[in-house]
Amino acid sequence: MANSLRRLFHKLRFLARREKFDADLAEEMAYHRELKQRDLQEADPALTAKDAHHATNREFGNDLHLRDRSRDVVGFWFETTLQDFRFSLRQLRKNLGFTVTAIIMLALGMAASVAIFSFVDAALLKPLPYRDSSHLVGVFESVAMFKQSNLSIPDYLDWKKRNEVFTDLEIYDRRDLTLSTKNGVEPVHTGRVSDGFFRVLGVTPILGRDFAPGEDLLSAPRTTVLSYAAWQKRYGSSPDVLGQTVTLDGNPHTIIGVLPRDFHFVPAEPAEYWTALHPDGHCDLSRGCHGTYGVARLKDGVTLQQALANVTSIAQQLEHEYPDTNRDQGAFVAPLSEVIAGDLRPILLVLLGGAALLLIIAGVNIASLLLVRAESRRREIAVRGALGASPLRLIRQFVTEGLVVVSAGTVFGLALAYGGMRVLASLIPAEFMARLAFWQNLGFSLRVLAFAGLIALFAAILFSLTPSIRSAAPDMREDLAEGSRGTAGSAWRRVGSKLVVLELATAVVLLVIAGLLGKSLFRLLHVDTGMNPDHIATLMVSSPIATYAKEPQWIALNRLVREKVNALPGVTASGTTSALPVDGWGNTTWFRVLGRPWHGEHNEVTERDVTVNYFNTLGAKLLRGRNFDESEDKSKPAVAIINRSFERVYFPGEDPLAHQLSHLGQTPDPIQIVGIVEDIKEGQLDSQNLPVLYVPFNQNADTAFELAVRTSQDENAILPTLTATIHDIDPQIVAFQGATMTTLINNSVSAYIHRSSAWLVGGFAALALILSVVGLYGVVAYSVSQRTREIGVRMALGAQQSSVYRLILSEAGRLTSIGILIGLVLAIGAAAAMQAVLFGVRSWDIPTLFAVAAVLSAAALLASFVPARRAATVDPVVALRTE
Amino acid sequence: MTKPDLLPGTLDMLILKTLTRAPLHGYGIALSIKRISQDVLTVEEGSLYPALQRLLLQGWVKAEWKMTETNRRARFYTLTAAGRKQLGAELNQFHQLIAAITRVLQDQDA
Repeated sequence: MANSLRRLFHKLRFLARREKFDADLAEEMAYHRELKQRDLQEADPALTAKDAHHATNREFGNDLHLRDRSRDVVGFWFETTLQDFRFSLRQLRKNLGFTVTAIIMLALGMAASVAIFSFVDAALLKPLPYRDSSHLVGVFESVAMFKQSNLSIPDYLDWKKRNEVFTDLEIYDRRDLTLSTKNGVEPVHTGRVSDGFFRVLGVTPILGRDFAPGEDLLSAPRTTVLSYAAWQKRYGSSPDVLGQTVTLDGNPHTIIGVLPRDFHFVPAEPAEYWTALHPDGHCDLSRGCHGTYGVARLKDGVTLQQALANVTSIAQQLEHEYPDTNRDQGAFVAPLSEVIAGDLRPILLVLLGGAALLLIIAGVNIASLLLVRAESRRREIAVRGALGASPLRLIRQFVTEGLVVVSAGTVFGLALAYGGMRVLASLIPAEFMARLAFWQNLGFSLRVLAFAGLIALFAAILFSLTPSIRSAAPDMREDLAEGSRGTAGSAWRRVGSKLVVLELATAVVLLVIAGLLGKSLFRLLHVDTGMNPDHIATLMVSSPIATYAKEPQWIALNRLVREKVNALPGVTASGTTSALPVDGWGNTTWFRVLGRPWHGEHNEVTERDVTVNYFNTLGAKLLRGRNFDESEDKSKPAVAIINRSFERVYFPGEDPLAHQLSHLGQTPDPIQIVGIVEDIKEGQLDSQNLPVLYVPFNQNADTAFELAVRTSQDENAILPTLTATIHDIDPQIVAFQGATMTTLINNSVSAYIHRSSAWLVGGFAALALILSVVGLYGVVAYSVSQRTREIGVRMALGAQQSSVYRLILSEAGRLTSIGILIGLVLAIGAAAAMQAVLFGVRSWDIPTLFAVAAVLSAAALLASFVPARRAATVDPVVALRTE
Repeated sequence: MTKPDLLPGTLDMLILKTLTRAPLHGYGIALSIKRISQDVLTVEEGSLYPALQRLLLQGWVKAEWKMTETNRRARFYTLTAAGRKQLGAELNQFHQLIAAITRVLQDQDA
C-alpha cells in the first residue's frame, strides 16, 4: 500500500516536471556516451575520434527511442494517449477537407438512422404503459368480411361470464360526443368503457378513482374520468376538479378521477373524457349490433392459442343459442401490442431498412476517404516507423484519430437526429398524431441511445481498422523512396474499387425502393374512386338527441339542411350519407335475397344511408335503374340501390332489379332493388371494392349524417359558409371536420402512409445517389492521379486522346456495371420482401428497374467523364517530369 | 558472434547486485557487469536506462547528481534498504529456478 502511494507520488512528480526529467536523462546519456567513446579510443588508439563517435552512437542506439521508453516507464498510461490525441487534432486540422467530410457523412447517416429508429422504437419496442402488457390481448368477434370485428354488448357479457382463459375481459369504444360549454356545444372525442377497463390494464388514476364495479350499468350515476391532457387543457391541472360536472351529449357527468400523464390507449385515442357504458338505446341492447372492442388479461400460463380456442368455442355456443344474431360470428384474439401497432410494422421496417442502407453508404464512403488518406500519408508513416514507432503505436495513433472523428460525428449526428425527429413529427397530420399517442413525446430513450452507440462503435472500428490494414505491413524502403508508386494505389484499387461497387449497389437498391414506393403512391392516388372528387366540400353534422328525439325530426332537419345548402351561391348539388367515402367498409347490415332458399345464413354487406342527389353530388355513375325519390320514406315501400360489386357477388348472370332483399327477421320485409350504381371507394384507397347496399336516408334516418356539397366555385372557400349555415338553423347542432373531398382522399390513412414513405425513402435515395456518384468520382480521379506518369508515357508513345478516354472510362464503366447489376438483383429481392407495402406495382417492375439503371449509369458516366478528360488532356512532358 | 540474451527479469537483479558494493552511474553499472561476467553479458543502453527508471519507481534504488573525478556531473544510483530486501528475494527465486532447471536437465542425461 505504501509502495503504491510512493509510486503514485513519483509519477505525479514526473508529470509536473517533465522537462527537467527529459533534460536530466539527456545529460545522463550524453555522459554515458562520452565515457564509452573514451574507452573505445583507449582500447584501439588507431581509431579516430570521429569513427569512435560513430561506433558509440551505433551501439548506443536510438536516442529518442530510449528516452521515449524511459518516459513510458514513469509516465501515466494515459500520457501517451493525450499525446496521440493532441497529434490527432493537429493532423485532422491540417486535412480539414477530409475531416469535415467524414464528420458530415457520419452525422448524416447516423441522424437518418437514429431519427427513424426512434419512431420505430416508440411504436414497436417501447413497453406499453400498462401493467404486464405482455399478458394483455385484444378480443374480437370475427366475420367473413372483417377478421378483427367488434363485439356486441350482450355477447361481451356472455364471453365474460363463460370464458376460462381471462382473469378479466373488458370492452371499449371510441365515441364523438358533444361537450356543452359556455359558448355552446363543441365536438369532443371520448372513450366509452366497461367498469373494469382501467383495472384490467393495471392503470391507477393519479387523482381520484376510476369506475367502480357496476358503475357502467344504466341505473348507475353518470361519471367520467379525465385524460391528463384534458385535465391540463380544460381544468388547468386544478386539484379541485373532482366532483365537478361536465355535460356530454346533454347529460351531466361527475368527474371522479384523472389518468396518469403517460397513459394512452391507442385504439380509443384521442379521448379526453372516459365514460362508462350505460347501455341504452337500440344498438347497445341488441345482440346483433356490434359496436365495441374487447381487451383482456390472460391468466398465468394461458397461451394465445388456448385463449383463441376458448373464445371460439363460446362463440360457437352462442351461434347455437342465438342463430338469428350470432350465425357465422366467430372469435379472434391478438396480442395488444399487435392491435396497437401491427399495421405500422411493415412500413416502419421498410423505412428503417432505407436508413440503414444510407448509413452503409456513408460508412463505405468514409472508409474510402480513409484509405485514400492513408495512401497519401505513406511517407509520414514510413518516417515515423524509421524513427522508432512500433506498428502498435501507429495503430494506436489511427485509433485515436478515428475516435476523434467518430465522437464529433456522433455528437453532430445526435443533434441532427433530434432536429429530424421534431421535423418528422411535425409533418404528421394532427389527427393521426392524436391517435398514434405513442409518437407524442418522442425523445432519446435508452434503446435509441444504445442504437446510436452501436453505430458509433461500428464506425470507430471501421475508422481505426481501415488505415491500420495499410500500415500493418508497410514496406518502409519503398515508401520512403521519392516517386515511389510500387504498391501505391494497388491496395486502394483492390479495396477501394470494391467499396465503390458496394456503394453503387446500395444506391441502386434505395433508388429502386423509392421508385416503387413513388409508383405505388401514384397508382394509389389514381385509383378509380367511382366519383369526381374535385369541387366537393364535406362536413359532418350531429344533432343533439335531446332536442331531436324522433325520426320525423331527423328527416326534417336533413331536408332543411339540404335546402339551405342548395340555396348557397355556387352550389350545384348536395346530398348526405351515413359515412363519406375513402374511410372504411364498416357499418354493415345483414340481408337475404327473397325468393332464394335461405337457411339462416348471414350475408353481411356494407350499408350506407344516403339522400337523393347524393350520387349526383359525388359524380358517381348510375348504371341501371333509377335514383331515390325524396318522397320515399317509411310510408312507402322499402327500396335500395346496390353497387356493381354487389351485383357481381350476389346476382351473377341475373337481373338484380327483378329481385327483392330482406333483413333477417321472422317476417321478411321486402326491399326492392331499384338501381345499380358504379362502385364507389367507400373504404381505403388500397382496399378491394366490396358490395354496398345504399338505403334512402328517409327510410333509415339518424341524428347524425355527413354532408357532401358540389360547388362550381372553390370548394375550400365554401367550408366556413357551410358551418355557418348549419349553425343558422340551430346553434346546438355540432358541425365539424369540414374538408374538401380531395383533402379526404389525400389525407386518408393509406394515402398518407404511402406518401410519407415515398418521400422519406426518396430523400434517402437522392442522398445515396449523390454519395455513391461522388465515391465513384473519387475512385476514378484517384486512379487517374496515380497513373499520370503511365498516361504520359502512353501519349508520348503515340496514344490518341480517345484511347486514354477509353482506358479510364472502361475502368469506371466496369465498376458501374458490376455495381448496377448486383444492385438490381438485391433490389428485386428487397422489393419482394416489402411487397405488402407496395400497391399496384410488382416487385420486378421493369420500367422502374430500367429507369434506375439508366439514371445511375448517366450519373456515373458524368462523374467519370471529368477525370477522364483530365487524363486525356495531360501534357506528356509534364506528366513524365513530375510525380 | 551472437550475444546471449539475458533471462527476462534478471537485469533488475544484476543491477541491484552491482550496486551492493558502491554507488555507480549508468555507464559504471554496465561496465561492471560486462567485466565481472567476462564479457559474456553486455547490457544494452536501451535496456539499462528504462530498467533504472523502473527501479527508481519501485524505490529499490535512489539517484543523486554528484561530481565525478573529471569534474563532470553524473547521476549516481544507490541501493536502498528496500532494494536490498528485493535483491534477496530475487536471488532466492533465481536460485530456485536454476536448481529446478538443473534437476530436469540432469534427469534427462541419466
